[in-house]
Amino acid sequence: MTVVYKKSEGLTDLQLHYCPGCTHGIIHKLVAEVMVELGVLGDAIGVAPVGCSVLAYNYLNCDMHEAAHGRAPAVATGVKRVRPENVVFTYQGDGDLASIGTAEVVHAAHRGEKITTIFVNNAIYGMTGGQMAPTTLIGQKATTAPYGRDEAHCGKPLKISEMIATIDGAKFVERVSVHNPANIRKAKKAIKKAFECQLKGEGFALVEVLSTCPTNWGKTPIDALKWLEENMIPYYPLKNFRNFGEVK
Amino acid sequence: MAKGKVKFNEDICKGCELCIIACPQKIIALDEEKINAKGFHPAHLVNEDACIGCGNCAIMCPDSVIEVERI
Amino acid sequence: MAKVLMKGNEAVGAAAIKAGCKYFFGYPITPQNEIPEYMSRELPKIGGVFLQAESEIAAINMVYGASGAGARVMTSSSSPGIALKQEGISYIAGAELPCVIVNMMRGGPGLGGIQPSQADYFQATRGGGNGDYRHIVYAPSSIQETVDIMMESFDVAEMYRIPVMVLGDGMIGQMMEAVEFHEPKKRELQEKTWATDGTKGKRKPNIINSLFLDPQECENHNIRLEEKHKIISEKEVRYEAEGIEDADVVCVAYGTTSRIVKNAIVECKKEGIKVGIIRPITLWPFPMEIFDKINKNAKGVLTVEMSMGQMIDDVKIAVNGRFPVHFVGRSGGMVPTPANVIDSIKNIAGGVK
Repeated sequence: MTVVYKKSEGLTDLQLHYCPGCTHGIIHKLVAEVMVELGVLGDAIGVAPVGCSVLAYNYLNCDMHEAAHGRAPAVATGVKRVRPENVVFTYQGDGDLASIGTAEVVHAAHRGEKITTIFVNNAIYGMTGGQMAPTTLIGQKATTAPYGRDEAHCGKPLKISEMIATIDGAKFVERVSVHNPANIRKAKKAIKKAFECQLKGEGFALVEVLSTCPTNWGKTPIDALKWLEENMIPYYPLKNFRNFGEVK
Repeated sequence: MAKGKVKFNEDICKGCELCIIACPQKIIALDEEKINAKGFHPAHLVNEDACIGCGNCAIMCPDSVIEVERI
Repeated sequence: MAKVLMKGNEAVGAAAIKAGCKYFFGYPITPQNEIPEYMSRELPKIGGVFLQAESEIAAINMVYGASGAGARVMTSSSSPGIALKQEGISYIAGAELPCVIVNMMRGGPGLGGIQPSQADYFQATRGGGNGDYRHIVYAPSSIQETVDIMMESFDVAEMYRIPVMVLGDGMIGQMMEAVEFHEPKKRELQEKTWATDGTKGKRKPNIINSLFLDPQECENHNIRLEEKHKIISEKEVRYEAEGIEDADVVCVAYGTTSRIVKNAIVECKKEGIKVGIIRPITLWPFPMEIFDKINKNAKGVLTVEMSMGQMIDDVKIAVNGRFPVHFVGRSGGMVPTPANVIDSIKNIAGGVK
């Protein structure tokens, strides 16, 4: 009887408040499992800013900071500069990182902060009820884009990983998805490498994880996974943008 | 003979059905006869013998409802 | 201890380091630039960390993170920069984190000017952030007093787990005066068992947080904070008061403006007008009670500020209608002259005796 899978001790025993089928839960598990497998759960200090995943500070079984909207990379910088031997990470949504917090993530990368950022991109504002995010796709409807995002009105969606990968201090940048088990396994590898980037003191690491929002996309959890695969992946290609080498 | 044993913590299942599409053997379904503490039909195995213990269902579950062991 | 001639901004840095501050996150803005510059030179020498952030918003959030991780940490800025930090300060107060924030005030509003001003009194004492929060506000009037307050502010912040603001103005920042560094009085400080330094698998996670989605929990939190504010108001009020029991007129002024008022008082005495002064050193908690000691027969109270009149609101609260409360002030970076003050005193005192 070998255990193939059981709940990670990197998670607390609280039930997650996320909507049924929301893939935040999967990403929480991956972060928790990676911290346990790397043996750093006891050294980890996470930063959860405003967004659906702010309550990650209750779900991840390590020291956590709740941060103001968009400011997690700055808070994490403060933590890491005081505790360089600890493992510091941020867990941020797209409304947080790609909108109000763009300066903070760009400058954390620019300074080569030795922190790890998990960037969950579900192309919408979840917590506040489905407003358009900078990552909302062209034509995708949202409560503040009732006719669908129109490039002429507010531009094309922001490609964060491509942008961050141009910054030298960002030593590991990869975009992954969690829409099926195979991709979840790949996502976990990338998240592990992003934490290892910090452990080796290389510099800033960011993993962009494409994620679903069944409730605000107005889809069933299963259809949401299909929508992600058919619409998000073509615009947000899953690939590694920086793997410790030089900026391409 | 089943290669895997799967346990569902039924009370915390949200009936999201992700495990159902993740299972290569297509042997998971929502239990229409039951309603759990959250008011959802919890997922369960419909054909335990066909389980190959791959763990896809547990990997896919956002809420850590499922534990899988290989026999 | 030998006195050292120092520029205010640099004295702030030196005092902070002597008080054990090893982390500084800031951003350039006149007239406080010498503080980050000083810290960028000195902190690396003692194994500390200076970091210039991408904005004042990022800087205050770095302070939040560093403080939550258990460090003695500070930031400094000037008026518009302090405005950008207000949300962060509200979070720091909400999460009950200690830190020191220095504001070398400049003329406002908006970009304003770079000359000295006291027009951030409301921002400092009423709070520019959201929610029922308070933070201690000290207003030194000399470089020596700035150093003394800086040396003590970290202990006060940690004792009450509250942000402490040291409110100077462009003059305090840019003047040079002789200072010496005294050890502050010893305070009972608790170990920071709440800080995030990693559970090491030995304790439950520490969570630095100001979010309380359950309204009753949020109210309970506010009530706890209010209890702390009451204790601070009882124990930490500071002021200087002179000649108010038999004064014809009592002036109220803080910071560098109080030094101008003191010169005016000397002149008035020569002309037989008895003038007292109340100089608040803590702007929050404001020294309300001392106003009860003002000579019952005083003709009036004169508030003097480098603004269009903000502390006057608190003076009116303290005076509570017992005397007419007058105002004289300059704004935008203009500094009141003793003559401005003397004229007002004479008007209130009813001409020369």
